[in-house]
Amino acid sequence: MTRRNIAAALYMALCYAFIFLPVGVLVLFSFQAGNLPVPPLHGLSLRWYAAAFNDGRLVAAFANSLLVGGVSAALSVLIGFLAAFGLARYEFPAKALLRGLIMLPLAVSYLLVGMGLLVSSSALGLGPSLMTVIIGHVVINMPLAFAICQAQLGEHQRRIESAARDLGAGTFQVLFGITAPMIAPALVAAFCLCFTLSWDEFLIAYLNTRFDVTLPVVIWDLLRGGLNPETNAAGSFIFLFSISVILAVEIFLLRKRRS
Amino acid sequence: MTHLAVSNVTKLYGASAALRDVSLTVAAHDYVVLLGPSGSGKTTLLSVIGGFTEPTSGRIHIAGRDVTQSGPAKRPTTTVFQDYALFPHMSVEKNVGYGLKLRRVPAPRRAEQVARALEMVGLPGFGGRGIHELSGGQRQRVALARALIVEPEILLLDEPLGALDLNLRRQMQDELLALQRRTGRCFVHVTHDQEEAMALASMIVVMNQGRIEDAGPPARIYARPATRFTANFMGESTEFSGPVIAPGIIGTPAGKLPRAASAPDAGDATVIIRPENIRADGEGAVALGQARITEAVFQGAHYRVFAAAESGQVFNLRLPPAAAPAPGDTLTLSCEAQNLVPV
Repeated sequence: MTRRNIAAALYMALCYAFIFLPVGVLVLFSFQAGNLPVPPLHGLSLRWYAAAFNDGRLVAAFANSLLVGGVSAALSVLIGFLAAFGLARYEFPAKALLRGLIMLPLAVSYLLVGMGLLVSSSALGLGPSLMTVIIGHVVINMPLAFAICQAQLGEHQRRIESAARDLGAGTFQVLFGITAPMIAPALVAAFCLCFTLSWDEFLIAYLNTRFDVTLPVVIWDLLRGGLNPETNAAGSFIFLFSISVILAVEIFLLRKRRS
Repeated sequence: MTHLAVSNVTKLYGASAALRDVSLTVAAHDYVVLLGPSGSGKTTLLSVIGGFTEPTSGRIHIAGRDVTQSGPAKRPTTTVFQDYALFPHMSVEKNVGYGLKLRRVPAPRRAEQVARALEMVGLPGFGGRGIHELSGGQRQRVALARALIVEPEILLLDEPLGALDLNLRRQMQDELLALQRRTGRCFVHVTHDQEEAMALASMIVVMNQGRIEDAGPPARIYARPATRFTANFMGESTEFSGPVIAPGIIGTPAGKLPRAASAPDAGDATVIIRPENIRADGEGAVALGQARITEAVFQGAHYRVFAAAESGQVFNLRLPPAAAPAPGDTLTLSCEAQNLVPV
């Protein structure tokens, strides 16, 4: 190995360390046998995982996050898919403008979306709730689902839909019998992506919940009470969960590309 | 009996016209080939017949019914698309049976009909395969089976052989003809390949710039093209042009030539002749003068020969391999009057 190669490898190792060290430290100290998630490491134990899973608030928040993530991702994909189909398959005025408006929430800060939602839901007398958070997550995630679906609805797919119509299929038969199954890998990928983003999202969830809260909100609350390896355990578990979902996305996308 | 009637169909895209006042009638058992260069409107015409494109004006009748306002689902037509457009998430069986399923044909009868259709296109036992496991030629057959199983009045084929290699294309041509005869259905087939058109068609429709240039049986279209465009598009020829010097006679660089049909009485006129109709044995009734060979290309069954007269007239002709023509040789050319075609 030349000196240049060694330097390059070292540089690469530093970059990866910079990215992954915080996560590594978090995961490492979730196994802390002592009382504080800071060096020195007193030994490895799963006690804080036990504590986390016995913490009613954490478990309830986990269930809430699953609900918010699942429902908001499903709604995002459904609305995004229908919008992409409409914009790809029909001619009507101001299409570019409408497409831009659908994508716009991507450029709006979560703080604005969260505050706007809080103000609107209060004005409507609904108040903070998981439902409001679901709406907020659909607002921020639907553009992504839309973009993913739109990329899949090309000319080749249009001809396949034409073939179905030619054989007698109506619009709904085409939509749910041909188009959706045909781009199923993209729909699954979009769902997983939306779910992960919702799973991690803090600002909108914090601003729009009161008693039923999501995981990031509970963890933030735990952190305010001081450093505690239980938080690390919860965080590590969430990390594991996110990684699994992202891996699922990758596998679906890769399989799609290979076929 | 008229099966398909296209009446005065025009299709405008903004200011440009894809079809200009196209009219066409087709009989029930015709194999029609729409032939033309890209941009000639042939695919647009197919799309209008199939209901995928709404004409700006004009009417379409199929089997006596006005279908101008009907979408593709409501028309007695089915289409074989250029890229086959098979449903990638369905097996061969499900693809072929899709039209029957939409028509609520019960599953047992459907399976029976699917098996028969697959047998008809030469793919017996392929029902369980996935689309991705098939070769191009096999996909083509699945697309044919899927379109024919619903027994359309007219089968539309959009450049169906374009993606296949030469051998497979020849084989599929024969099979398409056999299928058309066996099913007795009307086929309308789009292509830009005049050899494919001549091999398949009972009626060729030559299109150019959104108009029908010529329509008729292949032998007539080739031998006696109605227009200069058709003459050139259907194959090589030699053109003689010159002023009309007497009714039915034009003065060309190759001499005075008869021009049949309703020739104009004055001005310039043109006649063409196919290469195989120019004789080099001096026996033809109409003398074309002498010419020197400029180029002779051996093509197996014949030599393709270009020759030029001193007048500047260029001839394109065929000579048998035994003649062994070489550049510089002088030929005495002639032809029969009926082979000079006015365009």
